Amino acid sequence: MTNRESAIEIRGLKKSFGKFPVLDDIDLDIPRSAVTCIIGPSGSGKSTLLRCMAFLTDFEAGSILIEGQPLGFVGEGAARRACTNKEINAARERVGFVFQQFNLWPHLTVLENVAMPLRLVNKLSKSEAAGKARKALAKVGLADHVSKYPTFLSGGQQQRVGIARALAQDPHIILFDEPTSALDPELVGEVLQVMRDLAADGMTMVVVTHEMGFASQVADQVVFTDKGVIAAKGSPAEIFGNPDNPRVRSFLANYFERNTIRSRPAGRDVPAAAGQLGWGMPLVEGSGRA
Amino acid sequence: MSFDPAIITDNLPQIVDGLRLTILLWLAGTITGMALGFMLALLQTSRLGPVRFLVRIYQSIFRGTPFLVQIFLLYYGGPMIGLLLNAETAGVLGLALYSAAYFTEIFRAGFGAVSVGQAEAGRICGLSEFQILCHIQLPQMMVTITPALVGMFIVMSKETAILSVMTVPEITAVLSGIGSATFTYVETLLTLVLCYWVLVGATTWIGSRVERHMQRHLLPENGKTA
Repeated sequence: MTNRESAIEIRGLKKSFGKFPVLDDIDLDIPRSAVTCIIGPSGSGKSTLLRCMAFLTDFEAGSILIEGQPLGFVGEGAARRACTNKEINAARERVGFVFQQFNLWPHLTVLENVAMPLRLVNKLSKSEAAGKARKALAKVGLADHVSKYPTFLSGGQQQRVGIARALAQDPHIILFDEPTSALDPELVGEVLQVMRDLAADGMTMVVVTHEMGFASQVADQVVFTDKGVIAAKGSPAEIFGNPDNPRVRSFLANYFERNTIRSRPAGRDVPAAAGQLGWGMPLVEGSGRA
Repeated sequence: MSFDPAIITDNLPQIVDGLRLTILLWLAGTITGMALGFMLALLQTSRLGPVRFLVRIYQSIFRGTPFLVQIFLLYYGGPMIGLLLNAETAGVLGLALYSAAYFTEIFRAGFGAVSVGQAEAGRICGLSEFQILCHIQLPQMMVTITPALVGMFIVMSKETAILSVMTVPEITAVLSGIGSATFTYVETLLTLVLCYWVLVGATTWIGSRVERHMQRHLLPENGKTA
């Protein structure tokens, strides 16, 4: 019944804020050891979908299985009941979450931000926790900043602490909620690099992002959400190359229009993202990188 | 009328006892009130409407009536409902019930000052709600609310004077007693003023130390790599 290839299985997921449906009957499989990027316009439900996968938001109908373990609710119809805290934590244990606003704990040092959950939840001793936290921080390139308080780090460094905190608990899956949206443009690269490294290590990742360049290069699966439904899904080539969905087309056209650098002297337009990628994308009439 | 310091030195043991009792009642009442206020603020975050409603009723009663009247009712009206308290116990209870109503409001503001994302980060790491409260929310809200808490302690140190109306031999009762017995109002009242002033000064000083400690993560000297 369950597809063991999937890290996360979402079936019939429904969620509304009052009368307004945010997620309308979503079915989605997140493949193991792969990067799934969720893109789409603001308010399309992509962040809510991600938050449901960590049960930071509850939902009215449907089911989410994390490696076969139900999250949030078990059973269907009348038999549907909320999971106990123990069940929720058993599923959540496998999931790390990286927030748009980092959500580091400002009263704790960088080391303590990573070590505290290891002590309190994973029951490591103080020195074991510190050792493991140092390792995670070294992995994101912050070995020299362990005793600082988060306030004194740049946004990019703070987000890397956020990733280290998720990483330290050995999750099987890491969910990223617009991890670079709160960063100054020149700090985005260092965070994306850490995420590329994780992807190369085979981490299962779900990334809600507006970084189309990152999505096109790193994703194995791209999901486009619009008005609470998955409007398109496929490989980066399928989504970015020559999408047949008109909504995806206009979204991407708008994106590239915004990111086009007009080089005045030559009078030539260079789509910035396409320029970095090294694949020209005449979006409307041509084909993609494939 | 001449100023006679001998009045103070002659009655010093009695005055010291009064001051000691004042400090004891003040701390016992206010700390109990703070604990009660914290619990009420937690109840106020309850999902159950009636619980939140009861907390609001409590607040409106104890903030909406004079402390003097509350004390009279507790001490002189208490026996009518079988509540027989000695003056000191009634005093501590009165201070606690009264201050709790204000402390609730301070803690409520404190909870509001810590963003939801802070608790979410704890929840996703697997922390229990109690661990989130102790390790994430409380330490952070203390930064914001320490000045208000210290202010409340200062206010309550002076409210203890009202306990003199129900025969508690605290510093105001002692010194005004000496004053009216010996007609040395100036000496006794100035001493009384001095006692409260020193008490409040000490509280302010301790408060600023606590505040500094709570804000240590925001101080530039802690931004450097150790």
